[in-house]
Amino acid sequence: MSNTAMQEQDYEKDVKVDFSIWKRLLSYVFRYKKTAIALMLCNVGIAVIDILYPLMSQYAIDNFVEKGTTAGIGWFIALYIAFIALQALGVYSFIVKAGKLEMSVSYDMRREAFQKLQELSFSFYDRTAVGYLMARMISDVGSLSEMMAWSFVDLLWASTYVIGVVIAMFAMNWKLALLIMIVIPPLAVISVFFQKKILKYQRRVRKTNSRITGAFNEGIMGAMTTKTLVREDANYSEFKQLSSEMKRDSIRSALLSALFMPIVMFLGSIGTAIALHRGGIDVMGGIITFGTLSAFISYATNFFEPIQQLAGILAEMQSAQASAERVVSLIDTPCEIVDSPEVVAKYGDSFNPKRENWEPIKGDVDFEHVSFAYKEGEKVLKDFNLHVKAGETIALVGETGAGKSTIVNLVCRFYEPTEGRVLIDGRDYRERSQLWLQSSLGYVLQTPHLFSGTIADNIRYGRKDATDEEVRAAARMVHAEEFILRQDKGYDTEVGEGGVRLSTGEKQLISFARVILADPRIFVLDEATSSIDTETEQLIQDAITTVLDNRTSFIVAHRLSTIRNADRILVIRGGEITEQGTHSELIAKHGYYYDLYTTQFREEASDAILSE
Amino acid sequence: MEASTTQKNHRLNFALLKRLTRGSIGYLALGGLCLILAIAAAYIVPIVTSFTIDYVLGDKPSNLPAFIMDIIDSWGGRDFLRSHLYICALALIFFTILNGVATYFRRSCIANASETVAMTTRNALYEHLQAVPYDYHKHVSTGDLVQRCTSDVSTVRRFISMQLLEMLRTIVMVVIAAGIMFSINVKMSLISMALLPVLFGVSFVYFKGVKKQFTLSDEAEGVLSATLQENLTGVRVVRAFGQQKDEIEKFDRCSRDFRDKTFHLSKMLAVYWGGSDAMGYLQIAISLMAGIIMAVKGEITLGNMLIFTTYTGMLTWPVRQLGRILADLGKASVSLGRIDEILSAPAEEEPGAALKSEIHGKVEFKHVCFGYDRFDDVLSDISFTANPGETIAILGSTGSGKTSLVQLLQRLYTCTAGEIDIDGVNINDIEHGHLRKNIGIVLQEPFLYSRTIMENIRMIDPRMSEEQVHEAARIACVHDVIEGFENGYDTVVGERGVTLSGGQKQRVAIARMLMQNAPILIFDDSMSAVDTETDASIRAALKHRRESTTTFIISHRITTLCEADKILVLEHGKLVEQGTHEELIAKPGLYRRIARIQNALEEELKQEGGGSNE
Repeated sequence: MSNTAMQEQDYEKDVKVDFSIWKRLLSYVFRYKKTAIALMLCNVGIAVIDILYPLMSQYAIDNFVEKGTTAGIGWFIALYIAFIALQALGVYSFIVKAGKLEMSVSYDMRREAFQKLQELSFSFYDRTAVGYLMARMISDVGSLSEMMAWSFVDLLWASTYVIGVVIAMFAMNWKLALLIMIVIPPLAVISVFFQKKILKYQRRVRKTNSRITGAFNEGIMGAMTTKTLVREDANYSEFKQLSSEMKRDSIRSALLSALFMPIVMFLGSIGTAIALHRGGIDVMGGIITFGTLSAFISYATNFFEPIQQLAGILAEMQSAQASAERVVSLIDTPCEIVDSPEVVAKYGDSFNPKRENWEPIKGDVDFEHVSFAYKEGEKVLKDFNLHVKAGETIALVGETGAGKSTIVNLVCRFYEPTEGRVLIDGRDYRERSQLWLQSSLGYVLQTPHLFSGTIADNIRYGRKDATDEEVRAAARMVHAEEFILRQDKGYDTEVGEGGVRLSTGEKQLISFARVILADPRIFVLDEATSSIDTETEQLIQDAITTVLDNRTSFIVAHRLSTIRNADRILVIRGGEITEQGTHSELIAKHGYYYDLYTTQFREEASDAILSE
Repeated sequence: MEASTTQKNHRLNFALLKRLTRGSIGYLALGGLCLILAIAAAYIVPIVTSFTIDYVLGDKPSNLPAFIMDIIDSWGGRDFLRSHLYICALALIFFTILNGVATYFRRSCIANASETVAMTTRNALYEHLQAVPYDYHKHVSTGDLVQRCTSDVSTVRRFISMQLLEMLRTIVMVVIAAGIMFSINVKMSLISMALLPVLFGVSFVYFKGVKKQFTLSDEAEGVLSATLQENLTGVRVVRAFGQQKDEIEKFDRCSRDFRDKTFHLSKMLAVYWGGSDAMGYLQIAISLMAGIIMAVKGEITLGNMLIFTTYTGMLTWPVRQLGRILADLGKASVSLGRIDEILSAPAEEEPGAALKSEIHGKVEFKHVCFGYDRFDDVLSDISFTANPGETIAILGSTGSGKTSLVQLLQRLYTCTAGEIDIDGVNINDIEHGHLRKNIGIVLQEPFLYSRTIMENIRMIDPRMSEEQVHEAARIACVHDVIEGFENGYDTVVGERGVTLSGGQKQRVAIARMLMQNAPILIFDDSMSAVDTETDASIRAALKHRRESTTTFIISHRITTLCEADKILVLEHGKLVEQGTHEELIAKPGLYRRIARIQNALEEELKQEGGGSNE
């Protein structure tokens, strides 16, 4: 959430050129030195041929037309065609090389960023919206690598051209050169001014555009509410205001660039006019030759374009710097949870585990004086103590925000305690690698997450080498096989992106099968609150019983049956355990649990009768 | 839906285009005029330069038309210009300015035209999406609609702002250049333009063909983002199963695939740009060679030969571009088709007299039947009466038709048989806005707009005072919660702000509904996420507030149900029981079984707790 705000600020900022960022970006290009050098050579080659064409025509006029002969024209044609072929080759290789460079750079950046994302701790994910990360990984990386492959070359080319022309003009006649160059400072200033303004307006248009997208989204999602509140007209007039704002901004932005071009043309024509006037007088005075004059005029007409181009690229680079900063800072984000070098040396890291050194996990879990805060000063857990024996089932009960999920997150080492320690089988879990613990962990979310692929792929997610028979056995154990076989292709049915083609209940059954197959020692379940159709509900209840068997389990529980069957129920309020015991013990206490249980029981019982 | 659209709409939908461009045709015409002026000025600039060098400074004859030469001669001819060389310089600047001004106006006209069209289209879409019946929204995907409203609109806008004019520009240039060339020498003209149709054809065919590769690359990018998104949203599962390494490999595969497909595309583009460049230069070479040979033979003059080579150079690249634009034209017509599909969906109709009489709150259902399509009966033969001031509770399982029943009352759907009367008037005869203003409804999962809480509550009427808003929030038992937020009532809700819990949302929605001051209220399971005590105090406050309100409450809570004046029990779309708590408890049926569960609970608790003191 705060990131969206951050993002908008970034757009507003008028950034200073930060060379360290560019150096960092260029390092990606330097990995492909050969391609980059070939790219520049192609570019120079094309430019040389471009310059040669007019000379060829000049030669043809002087040697054939003026002399009235076609002798030797065969050679001339052959040479011309050779140039064309060379140029075609040059253009071809230029595009191929640039395309290769662009794609290689973006591929590398994405790979590094993705690897970092796999290492970053959950506090990072809690702070950062998925949409923000998506934008960095897809569009920012895309536009940066595009710019580096194509614009840098243009930049190099344009500056070489401009410098070359200036030298040539000075060599021919420095007075005339100076006169023409009077135009350059205002042109440069105006170009930079306009390009900056244009970019600013374009950003504003983009922002308004995303507000329009938001408005459409809200208008469609809230269609029902709009109708019941009879807000059609009010919504429409608000939208009309937004869309005329968009129109106004877009036109302004278009007008700005429409104004920019003629001004550049005008300044350019002043340069040419000076050359024509002053140079013409000089020709008549015999100070310079005709050849020099026409050279000056052609230089004057042609070299304002590269200057304008230079200004454009510089402005573009300046605005790209913001996205460059975001991408680089993503790649450089420090991880908050890291295994110590000793741990990595013994147990390996998340990508290269040394499984041979892993001790088997039994499943005892201890919280020793654990305190925890997501934000400094706002403690969610205070001096929390808990001893869980291997194989025990713990149900966590309490209101939203009481700290149930925090306890679960700490067990999984998604977060680490700010004070105190968590022991697994009697040893602080920081003494062993994250992967060691997480490989022995099963986790089923409130909203089960499936990956696109087949049902079998998803069940196999926790243990990729499982045989088909093992996959089926796991599915059978949680009673998922029946509905799986009802699908078109059975186990080979595609679940769609995020599992959209299955119901929530079905997704849940698959994620239970996934846990059964992975056979973890510790199991964490964040139970769903949303109601599921009765039949599946029953299957899920049975599945939970199967999964809990013989594992240390932590359940953020909502269903009475799950709660009742737990070995121990913890009532969590304000980061502390307020009640603890078995179901009957807690009922006898007549406390919070009793109230919760009776209310919920009434509702579940009536639901059960209604849906018979 | 999408596949059929792409197939169907190969032709431009002119009727729609006409509707959307209404009011911007003038701009377009003016833009075209400026375009022609700009091209003319651009053609003149090099002539001024060459005239100055050849005629004024050199001793060559002028190639300007006779009438201009007459003017120059009347001033004093070559010598006059030589002594007043600034005139030539000024002419150069003048024509450049002319070109610049015309270009500016061209772009300004086109920007006005295209942005007006975009605005008209967006407005039409938004208005229409508000006007279609609720049922429409249940059958379309939000993502698809939003995409149509944004990217398809911008495709149409781009078509007008860039492609249309670019096409016109190329055609104007070809016509002018061809006219001049043919008037000079037919044979040379034919030679000079020989390859242009081929170039055009190649571009057209190429870009039609390469579309597939573009799609492949786009799809690969889509897969890449989907994989990324899946990983990011499922990050807990990935970590919990320790699958980081495999995830990296998976992402790498997609990333590599995208890289390779795009690289393949750029190779194809490289062949095209390289090849068509060669073809273009070949055309220039051909006309140069033919020009040389013809000039040597004396068939054309040197000056004319230069004109031919210059014009060939000027025409080659726009013609290549034209092929590409025409190949892309399909995109605009597909987009228009997709927009048209939305706009041609029928809007909500007023089936009856559209009365706006005062509503007191007597509701009668007379043999009401309803189904979303002909084959299923969601509700059948529902009859009951609710008098002003009464509270009607509705009990039923998911899918029993409770929600449909209250939606019928709001006319979000119309009954398939029977009728619903309010104060004796068939609701089909009441204007739908008027009807809905008089019925307040709170949904189980209410939708709040991403604005401040204050704005959300006084959505109905922004002129309501803050005091009134606070009062409504107090009744809904949410005032203290809101005051507890850092920004109080100015807290922004939703995506850009604070996420409210289910119960908080429900209560804000109740406060919002109270501002409506409607004689009929509906609570569609809208206190399910609110605890029982709060539920009771909200209901008490409501009752106290207005005695004559007719209230419908969908709930599972017996405590809520038993206080109602009438309880309706729905099962599979049929009204199986109705009556007061006392009446229903007295006879066997669903209601009694549910009510009795409480006693059973007490029993069980006694056994389990081994000593309840109740």
